[in-house]
Amino acid sequence: MRSPDVPADQLFTRQVTVHPKRIDGRFRRFKWLIMAVTLAIYYGTPWIRWDRGAYAPDQAVLVDVAGRRFYMFDIEIWPQEFYFVAGLLIMAGIGLFLVTSAVGRAWCGYSCPQTVWTDLFQHVDRFVDGDRNARMRLDAAPWGPAKLARRLSKWSIYLVISFWTGGAWILYFADAPTLVRAFWGGDAAPIAYATVAVLTFTTFIFGGFMREQVCIYMCPWPRIQAAMTDEKSLIVTYKDWRGEKRGSLKKAERNPGQFGDCIDCNQCVAVCPTGWDIRKGPDISCITCALCIDACDRVMTEVGRPTGLIAYATLEDCDRERAGAAPNPVRKALLRPRTVIYFLGWGGIGLALLFALGTRSHLDISVAADRNPPFMLMSDGSIRNAYTVKLRNMESRPRALRVAIEGLPDARMWSDQMGRADAVTTLDVEVPPDTTHPLRLYLAAPAGAPSRDFTFTVTALDPQGETDSSKARFAAPGDSE
Amino acid sequence: MANKRIDEATGTETVGHEWDGIEELDTPMPRWWLWTFYATIFWALVYVILYPAWPLIEKGTEGVLGWTSRGELAQDLALEGERKAPILAALAHVPIERLPADSVRMRAAIAGGRAAFKVNCVQCHGDGAAGFKGYPNLNDDDWLWGGDLKAIEQTLLHGIRQPGDDATHASLMPAFGRDGIFTPQQIDQVAGHVLSFTGKARSTAEGAQLYADNCAACHGPAGEGNRLFGAPKLADAIWLYGGSRAEVEQQISAPRHGVMPSWQGRLDPVTIKMLAAYVHSLGGGEDFVDNAAEAEAPDAQP
Repeated sequence: MRSPDVPADQLFTRQVTVHPKRIDGRFRRFKWLIMAVTLAIYYGTPWIRWDRGAYAPDQAVLVDVAGRRFYMFDIEIWPQEFYFVAGLLIMAGIGLFLVTSAVGRAWCGYSCPQTVWTDLFQHVDRFVDGDRNARMRLDAAPWGPAKLARRLSKWSIYLVISFWTGGAWILYFADAPTLVRAFWGGDAAPIAYATVAVLTFTTFIFGGFMREQVCIYMCPWPRIQAAMTDEKSLIVTYKDWRGEKRGSLKKAERNPGQFGDCIDCNQCVAVCPTGWDIRKGPDISCITCALCIDACDRVMTEVGRPTGLIAYATLEDCDRERAGAAPNPVRKALLRPRTVIYFLGWGGIGLALLFALGTRSHLDISVAADRNPPFMLMSDGSIRNAYTVKLRNMESRPRALRVAIEGLPDARMWSDQMGRADAVTTLDVEVPPDTTHPLRLYLAAPAGAPSRDFTFTVTALDPQGETDSSKARFAAPGDSE
Repeated sequence: MANKRIDEATGTETVGHEWDGIEELDTPMPRWWLWTFYATIFWALVYVILYPAWPLIEKGTEGVLGWTSRGELAQDLALEGERKAPILAALAHVPIERLPADSVRMRAAIAGGRAAFKVNCVQCHGDGAAGFKGYPNLNDDDWLWGGDLKAIEQTLLHGIRQPGDDATHASLMPAFGRDGIFTPQQIDQVAGHVLSFTGKARSTAEGAQLYADNCAACHGPAGEGNRLFGAPKLADAIWLYGGSRAEVEQQISAPRHGVMPSWQGRLDPVTIKMLAAYVHSLGGGEDFVDNAAEAEAPDAQP
């Protein structure tokens, strides 16, 4: 946080450590819940097992970079199907727009990893050093054995969490139990150790020390959010027309009617994880975690004034309330053209992805014709072309596939595993599970055959009978193309 | 430099110069930056000692580690050689007739042969092994001296018409026109008969007789060729020196004879074996067993 006591004309200010105070309330409990769920997902997911049969790994979520497969429960994605991941990323982007236009920076306030881990590390601070005041005292205290002991123990806990965080990351890229054994046995790949080291370091620095500075100075999202929110978005707002003029309870008692509801207790600032004063209005520093709402509501209850001095409200409602009118129902903030359009876009892409996922083919054929030489004259005058055909069996079971040619009635084919004497019109191939199977095929057409386009088809010889085809060209002498 | 003073607003010293009332603050470098800078200087000193650095007149300084990029390449090559050594050793022990039964070694041999082909053979046979006029196409099913693995290896080892190699494939077709054996008219008649095998011309009685007397001994009564003498098959669609009547007549009159060097001695036996496997794999390779039976036959039909 920028220190508050710096003149406005001064551009550079020294960083002031934020010591947020412990608080309880409905938003704090919501944050606990989100934190528990997100951390459980992050640390736990690699350990979920998923039975895929004998030919595929049994890890529920696995990014197999070496094998070029991405497994997510019942979904297996091949590199050429990466558009599913692109679609998911687009959905994540539009989802972010949707949430931001409806309820402001909810992502920043509750579920951003930077927020979750900062929150976690701030709880470590509280656990080791005590609450806000104790931490501020310890910060100001001169270095001595006691302070050093506390700092070292705090940093060790930071380090353990950071290491665990970095360690969990690599488990998404290999079989988790095997990798953990290899990691501690020193047999894991160097990249695993390097990744853990880098992520441990960044978690330690970002979560332990940089915290809100990442949000305020490094992250682009606070800058973009201005375009995403408008006067109809629910954001954390201090209702200044109710709170001002601020004054302590004593002052208010002495001068009734002169002061607003804000008793200037500064609790909203004390609990803020970025050290912002919400009474100054929305700012890049405000991640809308709503802890100030918890703090203010508690104080208002204690002094017997109505809660909601700081509340989720739209700027439009603030104007209405200021003018004495009743605020719009929350439904109107959530359900308006902007959010509906975002939702339709988000849902449309989601449905399209689901449709594509449900109807995608698990069989693929691709053909590359030999170009040097493009064709070959055989001793009997027939013309031979050579092709490299790749059959892709994307199912986790071996399949018998039939390769056929359409559009070359007189042609016969044979593979490099057989002789021309055994040439056929359809070729049956057994393709192992989850494999791209290369075939070297020769096609011969009788003497004088013209060059023309034709089609390779592949059909699975099973009840499903999946099929795919690929266009190819049969080259012959006099081919000008 | 006399005008150095402390700027009140910032508490920083100025550099002492003043231009029309504008002064510059002497803001020090950030310490972390400065220390990084010193660290790079230190690193540079260490580097200069350890690695080749200063160019001198004859050669540069060598560095105490003795590292060179050429040495690194040699190391990589040695490592690669070590990696390949067991494969090559295994290939050396497998007789080439057994190679097709061993698909792993066959694949390794084809891969190695492809690399060797690009270096040693493409100059005549072309990048895709499709050959040129006078240089045989290795993709097709027409073989002058045999197309099974053993025969290809034999051709590679000893070459064709390689002087000084007793085991080389050697044969010579008489120059029927240039040496005055045939008259131009006879050449025309023989060419007609030769082309009649593939239906491209009509045979004459004179042509057939001339062919039977002069050509059939090597090329076979029906133009089926003979691999013992490398006599091309005349009853097929493939013509090494062209299949037009003029080209056939030219070949009868003054035949050209291809020469291929013997690679024994130039290439090691394993490379030659790999080259044979590669050429055999191009689509026209013949099975050894079939050909073994055929190889015993030719005496019946000289």
